[in-house]
This record gives sequence, C-alpha cells and structure tokens, in this order.
Amino acid sequence: MNFWNATFAVFKRELMGYFATPLAYVFIVIFLLAMGSFTFYFGQFFATGRAELDTFFGFHPWLYLFLIPAISMRLWAEEQKTGTIELLLTLPIPVASAVVGKFLAAWVFAGIALFLTFPMWLTVNYLGDPDNGVIFAGYVGSWLMAGGYLAIGSCISALTNNQVIAFVVTVVACFLITISGHNIVLDFFQSWAPLAIVNAISSFSFLTHFASIMNGVIDLRDLIYFGSLIGLALFINVIVVDQKRAG
Amino acid sequence: MIEIEGLVRRFGDLTAVGGISLKVAKGEVLGFLGPNGAGKSTTMKMITGFIAPSEGRITVCGHDVVEQPFEAQSAIGYLPEGAPAYPDMTPEQFLNFIAQVRGLKAEAATKAVEAAVARTGLQGVLNQRIETLSKGFKRRVGLAQAILHNPPVLIMDEPTDGLDPNQKQAVRTLIRNMSAEKAIIISTHILEEVDAVCSRAIIIDKGRIVADGTPAELLARAPSKRMDDVFRALTTPDAEINAEGRA
Repeated sequence: MNFWNATFAVFKRELMGYFATPLAYVFIVIFLLAMGSFTFYFGQFFATGRAELDTFFGFHPWLYLFLIPAISMRLWAEEQKTGTIELLLTLPIPVASAVVGKFLAAWVFAGIALFLTFPMWLTVNYLGDPDNGVIFAGYVGSWLMAGGYLAIGSCISALTNNQVIAFVVTVVACFLITISGHNIVLDFFQSWAPLAIVNAISSFSFLTHFASIMNGVIDLRDLIYFGSLIGLALFINVIVVDQKRAG
Repeated sequence: MIEIEGLVRRFGDLTAVGGISLKVAKGEVLGFLGPNGAGKSTTMKMITGFIAPSEGRITVCGHDVVEQPFEAQSAIGYLPEGAPAYPDMTPEQFLNFIAQVRGLKAEAATKAVEAAVARTGLQGVLNQRIETLSKGFKRRVGLAQAILHNPPVLIMDEPTDGLDPNQKQAVRTLIRNMSAEKAIIISTHILEEVDAVCSRAIIIDKGRIVADGTPAELLARAPSKRMDDVFRALTTPDAEINAEGRA
C-alpha cells in the first residue's frame, strides 16, 4: 500500500468534509471577524500610523489559542464517537497516513482562512509603502504556528472521544507552550533560575520563534523548531491511535 | 480462508474472548450467535485488525493479521457494528474514498463503485448526504463499502440489525448470492437468520464456543427442534433479567 496515496485520499476526504458542512464557512467568517476587529480596535491599526502588519500578526498567537483547537478538537474525537475510526483502522493503510492526511487537511484549511485575510495586506499597501517581504515572512510564520497548534490539538483529540474535553485541554496545552516565551513567565524565572534554563524555557515557546520570523527573517532554526514540534506531536499521535488496538 | 487458533482477548481483568479456535472455508457462511457481550464483536474486531489479540493467532488468506495487517486487511471486507460512515459525505463520495484508499485506480475504481452500488441498490440516493439517509440505506452504504473491492473474505457485524423485514430479506439474498466465492462471517441476534443464510453456525457464550455445527445439527440438540431453545439451553441468561424472572 502506497503511503502517500492513502494519505492523499484521507487528506482529500477531510478537506472536502470541512466544506460539506457549515463548519468551514462559520469558522472562516469568525476567523476573519476576530482578526479584523482585534487589529483595528484593540491594535489601533490606524492610530499607529505605520504601514505594517505587526499589530495584526501580534494578535495571531492569542487568537489561534481559541480558533485552532476549534478545528483540531474533532479530528480524532469525532471518529471515535461515530465509530468511523473502526472503518478507518481496518482499511489496509498505515495509521501514520491517516494521521498525516488529517493533519495536512486541517493545516491547509487553516491556511485558506489565513489567506483570506489578504484584504489586510491590500489595505496597508493602499495606505502606505510597507515592506512586503516582512509581511510575507509574517504569513509564513503565522501558518507554521497554526501547524504547531494543530499538531498538538490533533494529538490531544486522539486521547478522548469527547470534543469538548479535546478543546479545553488543547487550549490549556497551547496556552502553556505559548506563554512560556512571554515576559510574565520569563521574568518570574529570571529572578532565580540560571540563564540557560530561562533561555531553554523561552526557546520552547511559539512566541519566541514567531517573533523572530515576524521580524522578516525566516531562520532555519525557527523552521526546524516548528517542523520538529509538528513531527513530534504527530508521532505521538500515531502512537496514541495505535495504542487503542492494544487497549 | 480464515483460520483462528486459541484467540484470547482481555480488557483489564475482563476476558472478553477466552480461547476461540475455528476455520472458515470458501463457500461457507458462518453465523456467530450469542448473547450480548459474549465476545462476537470483539472476535470480529480482532479478525479485521482493529484490535490486537492478547493471545492466539489469526490468518486470513494465509496472512497473519498481526504480522501482515495490510495484506490481510486487503483481503477483508468489513461491516462494523452499526455500519459507521462519514455523515458529511454522499454515498458516491464515500465509496470513491474507500476505493481510493484501497488503491483502486481510476477505471477500476469507477467499475467497483458501480458494481457495489448496483448490488446494494443505492442508485437513488447516491448524491444525498449519508446523515440524511434512512437506517436501511445507511446499512446498505456500509455493505457497499464492505464488498467494494470484491474481497474473498467478508466480516459483517449484525448486517440486518434494525432493518425492516423487506430490507432484511434483501440483505440475506445479497449474502447468499455472494457466498459461493467467498468466506463469510456474520453475527446476528436473529435466530431464524441462521437458517436462512448460514451454512454453519457457532454459539458463543462468555467468550467461548459452546456449539458448532450446521443449523440442522444445532436444531437436533433441542427436543423441540427450535433454535430459541437451543440458544437458551447453551447460553447464560443475563443476570438481572434472570433475577427479575425469579422474583
């Protein structure tokens, strides 16, 4: 059985699934409203008077904290609830191709929602002369970060057949991994912990790596960070699903 | 085509299947009979590779289910209990998905889907979402999915459960028509079904085989020649109902 053939079949089914129900449309509308309102009202996009999207991207980690678990919570929990997991796991395909196919579909879906914020980009280009390279890097970083949240969420979704539990636990897990790079947490550790530990904690955070990409530099280290985080989460995801057989 | 030796499955302290051995040859329709919780579904889940056996060995068409799961699963068509299917898809999308996952290429996939649709009489509902279908049609979608790749082995967990008498008849005819070239296992609560479709039946109680023979042989065990009486004589009644009966 060809791994990518099966992965692609699962990917296609999942992506189609988003748009077959109102889920995709409701999610995208809420996503765009949230992105827009945070940027314009709380971020005071106009008042800053600068032609850049820093305020826009600055809200992404915090908005993703709630929006991404809403996508990831159903990935495996729903399969277990409706019993379709029995169908999926008795087809002659590796568990990994189901895990990767589902993840990629969710990631592409998040990418579509992110892409639809392009009027933001048009607006700053209309109003001023922004550095489009930095904006592009911001989009890449934001999408990578969404992938990180999704992979963690997918893994947690496989642990339960209750979508509400999957959502809440994912929000908390993602909050911890995000906040670990925030000054509130770092200041707390800085007062007593050695610098190496403070740096280690900070380097685990989405914020640290996202911020460095947002500056316009897509550093290999940041790519490796997000890549290995997604890889690790999906690897655990495969083990969790596989463990259900052994019970 | 199906060989099971000393199959055991434990869930914690509970032994759901306690040492089942059996063989099913081509052309046989084997009926699994037994009270709820006797281990019928668990046995089927192990044959199809959904859960792993605690002990024992299963081979399907010469492939060990644990060692060579994909080869074994390719040879099996499986209708899980309750015929789960993705509710957001139409039968056409769903069957095409199954065909693709099973590695059928463009033309072969189209032919296989057409044949399965014709055999199960799904023509009228192909473009209706599965969640909007009646129970009978949902069951037929599950059957179509199971026979799609024309597998030499068919495992069906309560294929006629919840169907009206006409639909039951249709499903039984379908099974009988396929029986010559396949090895088939069905589980059922409906004792007359054994007479109608099975060439052989086993009665399972508390995870063990308590009777094995042709329907006629089983009937001969009770003076009344009624399958109900054979069933009651060989299996353990449910404790609560039993207690109420005595009171």
